[in-house]
Amino acid sequence: MSIVESFDLYAPRLVDKGEYFSAGHRACQGCGEALAVRLMCKALGKDTVIANATGCMEVISSMYPTTAWKLPWIHVAFPNAASVGSGVEAGLKVLRRKGRIADRDVKTVCIGGDGGTVDIGFQALSGAMERGHNLLYVCFDNEAYMNTGIQRSGATPFGASTTTDPAGLASFGKKAWKKNVAEIMVAHNVPYVATACHSYPLDFMNKVKKARKIKGPSYIHCLSVCPTGWRLPPEQCIKAGRMAVQTGVFPLYEVEDGKYRITVEIPKKLRPVEDYIKIQGRFRHLAEDEIKTFQERVTQEVNKLLDKVNCLHSWSDLKE
Amino acid sequence: MADKKGPETWQEINPGCMVFIPGNAREYHTGSWRAQRPVYDNSKCIKCGICYIFCPEGCISQDAEGYFVADLDYCKGCGICAHECWPGAITMVEEG
Amino acid sequence: MAKRIGMEIALAAAEAAALCNLDVVAAYPITPNTHIPEHLSDIVADGRIDAEFICVESEHSALSACCGASATGARTFTATSSQGLLFMGEIMPIVSAMRLPVVMAIGNRALSGPINIWNDHSDIMSQRDTGWISLFAADGQEVIDMIIQAFKIAEHREVMLPVNLNLDGFQLTHVVEPMLFPDQQEVDEFLPVYKPYAALHPDHVVSMGTLGAPDIFSEAMKAKDEALINSKKIIVQVWKEWEEKFGRTYEPIEAYKTEGAEVILVTMGSMGDTAEVAVDELRKRKMPAGLLRLKLWRPFPSEELRKAVKGAKVLAVMDRAISFGSASGPLGAETRASLYGEADCPVVVNDIIGLGGRDVTVGDFIQIIETAAQAKKGKPERGYEIYGVRGS
Repeated sequence: MSIVESFDLYAPRLVDKGEYFSAGHRACQGCGEALAVRLMCKALGKDTVIANATGCMEVISSMYPTTAWKLPWIHVAFPNAASVGSGVEAGLKVLRRKGRIADRDVKTVCIGGDGGTVDIGFQALSGAMERGHNLLYVCFDNEAYMNTGIQRSGATPFGASTTTDPAGLASFGKKAWKKNVAEIMVAHNVPYVATACHSYPLDFMNKVKKARKIKGPSYIHCLSVCPTGWRLPPEQCIKAGRMAVQTGVFPLYEVEDGKYRITVEIPKKLRPVEDYIKIQGRFRHLAEDEIKTFQERVTQEVNKLLDKVNCLHSWSDLKE
Repeated sequence: MADKKGPETWQEINPGCMVFIPGNAREYHTGSWRAQRPVYDNSKCIKCGICYIFCPEGCISQDAEGYFVADLDYCKGCGICAHECWPGAITMVEEG
Repeated sequence: MAKRIGMEIALAAAEAAALCNLDVVAAYPITPNTHIPEHLSDIVADGRIDAEFICVESEHSALSACCGASATGARTFTATSSQGLLFMGEIMPIVSAMRLPVVMAIGNRALSGPINIWNDHSDIMSQRDTGWISLFAADGQEVIDMIIQAFKIAEHREVMLPVNLNLDGFQLTHVVEPMLFPDQQEVDEFLPVYKPYAALHPDHVVSMGTLGAPDIFSEAMKAKDEALINSKKIIVQVWKEWEEKFGRTYEPIEAYKTEGAEVILVTMGSMGDTAEVAVDELRKRKMPAGLLRLKLWRPFPSEELRKAVKGAKVLAVMDRAISFGSASGPLGAETRASLYGEADCPVVVNDIIGLGGRDVTVGDFIQIIETAAQAKKGKPERGYEIYGVRGS
């Protein structure tokens, strides 16, 4: 079992105590996404409105007549977290301007799973980011359409077996690489983009706090371990997330005004991807050469990222 | 487990199925799902709060002495707290 | 005091919406209603009204953004047609289920297959069952009046339902007519500032759009149905107020020369104006013809229809949309269902006319009425005919 950084040992006691996502929700045991949502809400505080896409979090938290949400919350449909959020942001803006609601900042935050963000919700996300609404979009990525039973999404990693792209006698599961939405957001000129994981709770919460302060669009892509869908025991949820970061499969970084910065140090010698793969049932079928391809590509992607960290300037510096 | 008390008639459904009681999901005690529960050995506990931070239910809180305890009404027995507790102060014990 | 202005009706629709203290507009252009969002964006860009105009990237996002905005308590408006309406189709029943008083202007246009940008009612007919209040305007004046009325109806605490106002694409949207515009003060007196039943804000926390499991779903549907059915009395009440203030009458079904009529034509939308001329002509020829023009499509005014057709021998129901392979066109079906079981029920003949922008002339209506007059009770081969289609 790996040892958490000593600072993290003591800092949890210093974290905001308010719980805005109450217990009694119906997520699976050991749900990384529920944990991530709970942490995000702590970092956001009460002056927030949440626009939630259909998905695991929406379904487990809002079975009428109950709600786990202690923040104002709206769910409309699957592909439209970002467009509903755009409407909420515009509504709050104009009502405040016209003096019909209290004159203080209330942040609009859109949340969606990888399905509602990377695939069916992609158009709405792109439109909202292009228009530059003052909203934070957090994608809780559990790497498949988990709520409907583990179907393949654009965020499913290479080699993973899902119910619509399964490993079988003639296929090893997903052949395409995971869609990198964080990079797409940087290409939308979003002033603050970050990747995060609930296994690094303070890193995630700090990013949420930072994004919340941006007066414009911001985006956080939070890897959320799903023990049910990734086929691992629930108690290994946090460990799996940690391994994703240590193997370089999911590096944690932020892009502020175009400047890349790694926020949780990537070890000089990456932990072998095989360590990460072998604890998850969804990769159990992978043959040696497939794991080799996976490893090569992970190394390449980490190098691409480091390249950007080392070479790219902040956009403000490039004005001349 | 608390019985789910739903509305009886159509007239009692809130317009738009809105819910005006924030966090009333707490009426549903997910603790009934458990197959194992966390047991704390406070002699090993260093009060770091890692278990509190990593609980997906948010059902771990501090008692008057600063030790951590899980609310068994909601604890689903996932074992994350025991797995992450690095001094080994938490053990998962099967529900009888 | 009201001013009489000649203007393209689509622009007038935008002007009417702008009179209503709009907060948020989220709209995507599609022929033939494009002039509505275009003109509204002009009005916002010139600072004539203080509103947020969201240039959404699709109609689905348009109605979604309207949901978000309306849920915060903002007065929200959008406009679309045809394929755009279908694209927002996923959200249509959700807006009414969530009881959000969004107002939408629909420039009625044929649904694709083959693609056709001209007028018919197939777009709104595809959204019949979504739980919205649906109004049909027959001319420019009605467009202006009904847009302003729509907000009052939608936001009424006993209604809280979205309203769509249907105006024929090109036949109305692109036509210039002289119309009376109420002034800002009159509209402000008629239409107060929107006070939502619930709104998204940390000072009064609410969860909207929760999940409805089987154990409560039927009750939720019943609640929505009752809300729509009961909205009729508020609609009539708002129309009475309008008449008192502005002198123009609105009823769910407007009767024209139906006293003693043996054949009554039933229409919705702008074709009613042409039908009026046909009825006048036939009356001149001593033929007892009459006309009923529906302004209210949903909730369907069955009671008013039954009263209005008493004494008639034949109803010629005009549908500007086809329900493929069915027993009746949409309005034909509602008519027949409303009259089922009535003693002395007239023969109901159902014609599908004017599809995809095909003109329906005075001569066509005269022919339709004269043919209908010959109709006898009994089993017709088909519940409806597509009038004027070439080929046997």
